[in-house]
Amino acid sequence: MLEYDFMRNAFAAATIVSIVSGLVGYFLVLRGQTFAGHALAHVGFTGATGAVLIGIAPIWGLVAMTVAAGFGMGALGERLTQRDVAIGIILVFALGLGLLFLHFFTSYAMQATALLFGNVLAVDIGTVWILLGLGIFSVAVLAVISRPLLFASLQPELAEAKGVSLRLYSILFLVVVALATAECVQIVGVLLVFALMVGPAAAAQRLTIGIGKGILLSAGLALLEAWAGITLAFYTDWPSSFWITTLSAGIYLFATLVGAGGTRRPARIGFRSLP
Amino acid sequence: MNAIAFRDATLRLGGRAVLAGVSLEIATGEFVGVLGPNGAGKTTLMRAILGLLAASSGTIQVLGRPAARGNPAIGYVPQMRSAFGTIRLSGFDFVAGIVDGHRLGLPVLGKSARAEVDRALDLVGARELARRPLVETSGGERQRLLLAQALIGRPQLLLLDEPLMSLDPHHQRGVVELVRSLQAELGITVLFSAHELNPLLGALDRVLYLGRGQAALGTVDEVITAPVLSRLYGSEIDVVRLKGRIFVMSGGQDAERDEHRHWDGSAHVHDFQGAPHDDA
Repeated sequence: MLEYDFMRNAFAAATIVSIVSGLVGYFLVLRGQTFAGHALAHVGFTGATGAVLIGIAPIWGLVAMTVAAGFGMGALGERLTQRDVAIGIILVFALGLGLLFLHFFTSYAMQATALLFGNVLAVDIGTVWILLGLGIFSVAVLAVISRPLLFASLQPELAEAKGVSLRLYSILFLVVVALATAECVQIVGVLLVFALMVGPAAAAQRLTIGIGKGILLSAGLALLEAWAGITLAFYTDWPSSFWITTLSAGIYLFATLVGAGGTRRPARIGFRSLP
Repeated sequence: MNAIAFRDATLRLGGRAVLAGVSLEIATGEFVGVLGPNGAGKTTLMRAILGLLAASSGTIQVLGRPAARGNPAIGYVPQMRSAFGTIRLSGFDFVAGIVDGHRLGLPVLGKSARAEVDRALDLVGARELARRPLVETSGGERQRLLLAQALIGRPQLLLLDEPLMSLDPHHQRGVVELVRSLQAELGITVLFSAHELNPLLGALDRVLYLGRGQAALGTVDEVITAPVLSRLYGSEIDVVRLKGRIFVMSGGQDAERDEHRHWDGSAHVHDFQGAPHDDA
């Protein structure tokens, strides 16, 4: 299957994006911010369709909107917790706005499907290079901030006392998440970002309790799911996003059943139960 | 040298003076129990010592210097959060994850950093339990891991915010004894806040009792008296001593337990469901 250009591009794009999502997703799950990835993707849809409307490549609209939203969410920080209704309404509004933008371009129905559900087989070589550049940038930023980010994630009050700015790292991290989300949309689409960003990372945290192993496993599982998904799509002619989401769900289910994360002793989860 | 010195310090939270014009001195190597009703400013006092909240007037000196954020000589165990139960890491990685956390870079531990983590775990006797997943540890075991985290960087001053919360009496005693022995072994100063005095009796050198913007610092016999506590509570308080334990009563009710139950009962209600309290 690698004799086709579109398959080589698909594998290259999937490799880059799944590694980025696996690495970023690990911290996203650790920080309990998985919903942020979902939210950023929805907002990104408006950006992508808006970009189409004014005649530029959707990926740049996607990047601009997700990064702006990630910055905003990071800056608002704590004030966003317990605001599920407000956030939900804004997300639905973002999707609705995106729909309106698409409405002006009726010929872009295919593009709408690709944005919503992804179409990795349609990625061209130019996009692969963009994905590589954005991917290297976001992983580099993540690497530089990872130690204070980990501190702020594990023990925010202590981190704050030791001089780590919680807001700064929250903003920087959500900007990285925004870039990763924009990348992910190219593979699995706006609606299915959870599959690559959260699924492998959550499964990895069920399978290992070490940070280093968890990060590598998260990226490895994401890579496996993306490659296997594309391969299965090639041989079955079913959508690659279907296969990737199915693998993501399957691996997560497997991890929760066999995992070391403490699920076998539910009575002890949460310190509220008596010791 | 004093570990902590407040001079006429006022601490405000959202316009309200939590502590008003408080002066106190805590000597190096002291074990001070910080008590008082909820909202009396126990956490606020610690945040001020950490430099996270500036005094609106007066001064706060910590280990001979004005209180400032990022002081590496202070170890801190914040109140436990419910988010804890979702962190799927081993106890070791949970403790090791904060080493040098104020510096940029990859969280990769060198030999000396690893030794530092092992030392902290050994000090609290958590070397073995650190191999287990955090979500499988009990409340008492988590407090030991939090204590190990606070000991990273070898602090001279340890601030512990309600470490006994939601622990049963047996684990409460374990934590208090551990902190007491650490304090003696390392020669550090300890501020230990709690809802109730009794678990700390025998371990503490002095009591810092907060209430209505004021503070009283002294030995148990000096502070836990009807006149002092009546002033801090703003109502008539009786102090009853029974079999080596002390009960602070307000109108025939146990005031400390009363605070516990009514002021933030939602957070502690589980304490009363299964395990009776020391004083129950």
